[in-house]
Amino acid sequence: MSAAEELYEVSLVVNGVPRSATVPARRLLSDFLRHDLELTGTHVGCEHGVCGACTVLVDGRPIRSCLQFAVTVDGAEVTTVEGCTRPDGELGHVQQAFRECHGLQCGFCTPGFVTTITAYLEENPAPTADQAREAIAGNLCRCTGYQNIVASVLRAAELRAERA
Amino acid sequence: MTTRAFGEPIQRLEDPRLLTGQGRFLDDIGHGALAAAFVRSPHAHARIVSIDVTDAVDVDGLVAIYTHEDLDGRAGEPLPLLIPHAALTHGRTAYALAKDEVNHVGEPIAMVVATDRYVAEDVCARIRVEYDFLPPVVGIEAARDGELLVHEDVPGNVAAHMVQSRGDAVAAIEAAPHVLELDLAIERSASTPLEGKGVHARWDADDASLRVYTSTQASTSVRAALAARLELPPDRVEVIAPDVGGGFGVKIVHPWPEEVLVPWAAIRLGREVKWAEDRREHFVGAAHERGQLQHVRVGFDDDGRLLGLDVTVWHDNGAYTPYGIIVPIITTTQLLGPYKPGAYRAEFFSLYTNTVTVTPYRGAGRPQGCFAMERTMDAVAAYLGLDRTVVRERNFIRPDEMPYDHGLIFQDGRPLIYDSGDYPATLEKLKKLVGWDEFEAFRDEARAAGRRVGIGLACYVEGTGVGPYEGGWVKVETDGSVVAATGLTTQGQGHKTVFAQVVAAELGVPVDRVTVTTGDTRRFGYAVGTFASRAAVMSGNALATAARKVRDKALRIAGEALEADPRDLEIVDGVVRVVGSPSGAPGGSIPLATVAVLANPLRYAFDREAERATQFGGPVDYSKPPVAEGESPGLEDTGYYSPPRSTFANGMHAAIVETDPDTAEITILRYCVVHDCGTLINPRLVEGQIHGGVAQGVGGALYERMVYDDAGQLLNASFMDFLMPYSTEVPFIETDHLETPSPLNPLGVKGAGEAGVIPGSAVLASAISDAEGFAITRMPISPSDLFSLRLARESR
Ligand code: FES
Ligand code: FES
Repeated sequence: MSAAEELYEVSLVVNGVPRSATVPARRLLSDFLRHDLELTGTHVGCEHGVCGACTVLVDGRPIRSCLQFAVTVDGAEVTTVEGCTRPDGELGHVQQAFRECHGLQCGFCTPGFVTTITAYLEENPAPTADQAREAIAGNLCRCTGYQNIVASVLRAAELRAERA
Repeated sequence: MTTRAFGEPIQRLEDPRLLTGQGRFLDDIGHGALAAAFVRSPHAHARIVSIDVTDAVDVDGLVAIYTHEDLDGRAGEPLPLLIPHAALTHGRTAYALAKDEVNHVGEPIAMVVATDRYVAEDVCARIRVEYDFLPPVVGIEAARDGELLVHEDVPGNVAAHMVQSRGDAVAAIEAAPHVLELDLAIERSASTPLEGKGVHARWDADDASLRVYTSTQASTSVRAALAARLELPPDRVEVIAPDVGGGFGVKIVHPWPEEVLVPWAAIRLGREVKWAEDRREHFVGAAHERGQLQHVRVGFDDDGRLLGLDVTVWHDNGAYTPYGIIVPIITTTQLLGPYKPGAYRAEFFSLYTNTVTVTPYRGAGRPQGCFAMERTMDAVAAYLGLDRTVVRERNFIRPDEMPYDHGLIFQDGRPLIYDSGDYPATLEKLKKLVGWDEFEAFRDEARAAGRRVGIGLACYVEGTGVGPYEGGWVKVETDGSVVAATGLTTQGQGHKTVFAQVVAAELGVPVDRVTVTTGDTRRFGYAVGTFASRAAVMSGNALATAARKVRDKALRIAGEALEADPRDLEIVDGVVRVVGSPSGAPGGSIPLATVAVLANPLRYAFDREAERATQFGGPVDYSKPPVAEGESPGLEDTGYYSPPRSTFANGMHAAIVETDPDTAEITILRYCVVHDCGTLINPRLVEGQIHGGVAQGVGGALYERMVYDDAGQLLNASFMDFLMPYSTEVPFIETDHLETPSPLNPLGVKGAGEAGVIPGSAVLASAISDAEGFAITRMPISPSDLFSLRLARESR
């Protein structure tokens, strides 16, 4: 197997900026974002689609970037945690809520929660506490016990409404 | 922001960075580095016959393949046994790369370095290892049985055997009016931080220095270990813990094989090398904990007062003992909790098995000890027909008996003496919080509706803040900002915030002016590490000491400048002023920034502050040297804290559960926590620690287990099959707290990192037993376990 792998050009709009890189077909989207584009905010906690740390928004929908090859999302619009800030670079509503509610400890799982919740609030802008808990039930966090993440979802909904 | 930050639930200083994707975790750095991957044993017990790389060598992008044979010098020796102990008569450690034999699935055999991780894994897949199989020893029963051996020179698989006692427990039990015996079991679980381990190494040949980033809980110790293993002068080795994505104990072990190998390869290749552990590697190649069998004999009187307690523990230490026997020592000492056991005898056997090594996981043996003691308390209560809280209350150490000497030796090698705590008050609070006395009414109501509910409680005492020491360094910059450093590391506890609160309070500056660095040997070289809920106690007090020295110096210098007695000065919002005078009063105050300038007389001016500090800048007293005798330039100092012995935090949990009469599904309806970890530096962060601990306790009680088959294969080595709780599995946690300051340290803090996890299995076993009407003796318990237990009882 000394033949070099075939390479493909992948072009995406990431956080509003057109980006491209040339990668093998098997390059995971998570690795593409982290290592080819050096956007390391997206984290990898399992690489088998269970922890949700790698969640990014592709055309607004949350997906697990460790389960997707970069070539399959060529041409898409991707939002990562780096893109969840306000246009002026200040914390976005979900990020601000996490800060206020102590929704993170080590912060490794946090990017996946921030992206997941951002998308969720677009669908359901005023969740109840039970709905908030359900909304994050696909993401693992080993540090916080989720109490303050649930609170963060509710607070983010408030901030989002205030800022709208 | 004001200076009154100590004790306040302020927001964390580290969050904006982490929330915007600007964190720097291990795999976020070193983009240009070569990637390492490992060939790991697929077998639990085998001799390595040969390693064939023929098919692997022509893979495009391969840089190097290493096996044990390649490891020169001390890199090829067995890894260190970090905490030797007289009772650990048969300690064994692994080689960085297996030599001749493998003893668990996941043990590294070959290291591959390539241009990227994908290629490195391609190469690994093409390396063929031939094995001679040996029979694996799996499970504590098989190990205890001793017929098959893990290490052929360790008879009976016994790594360590230890007995501690106070009084004659055997005789006390014989003489007691009532005696009960319990057989108990706890299965394995693991720390499972969301970020695995990882190492990045860079060798600077021109400078003959090595810089290593590693996802560790003990960077200074990694540095010492690497210097020794790689035969480098320690001052040529820098070790930095970057942002670390959770530790919970597993990252206290060092050096991991990969921590030696990655730097070793970087030096050899003269290239940057990086390895980031993947999830399967973490399950099979890092460490587990918890697995124990226990036998308890207890003698007690008619009131339920313990007269004698005799506990035997069989502890599964896995394939090797790199971290010694800390875990079973803690189990057998911390088991005592808030109680006086009468005469006490504890014996443990630490046993080898052909499974992943066992090293501390949050709680470090305490959850098992708590389980043994609390199951015993419930058994005594059930036997005598007494309320479970009453039996506990009767056995409590009373506040007026503090400090209380158990007459045993604790994990730090020092006497087990509790410093403070008010256990009856804690229990009172818990009973009120959960509504203990009103529960029977609720049970009746539920029963009428065809529902089955139960209530349980569990108490613990946690030795925290163990020595030997930590240090801190504090400096006021000439712009008035403050930088501080401590050597121990951070994995999400918010140390940069709490330590800033400590320093800000001592120095009288706004907390957001303080920047704290942890776990970087370039900034602070002396440290022990982050474990045993010790960071706030140790580094908190060390930084307080350093900050106080800086404050004294600042007041001295300011006193000269203001022609005032330093004792009449105070620092408020970064300004030194005469006590009580409004700052800004002419001649009555001086900013700390200016004091920092004055503290450092310079020859050269390179900016505005430096210009003011030159010897030629202003009026000078020529009769004195520019730096006074006994002084050093700059407004900075270092302080250390070394405690005489550990502090002891405590807490009590209560849970109300519902068990489905048909499906045996277990639902937690309420979960209540009362804890006392001394003075709180930041209540919000302490509460966060409790929440996280409770979630791990619930996981360990109801969901998490390591499923090994008879061949020693870990069947659930993924997040798909290892059931770590999601938000839907963790109940809403209700908390209340007491603050009994520790008399042992100036801040009065005790440490809170592990508290939440300790009583998890004990409290849920208590509640499930109460719902079901029979005693639960093995944890974790799944619905199907409970279902089988019911069937077994019905068919009896
Ligand atoms: S890393 Fe993608 S789901 Fe865990
Ligand atoms: S904050 Fe550490 S894993 Fe969630």
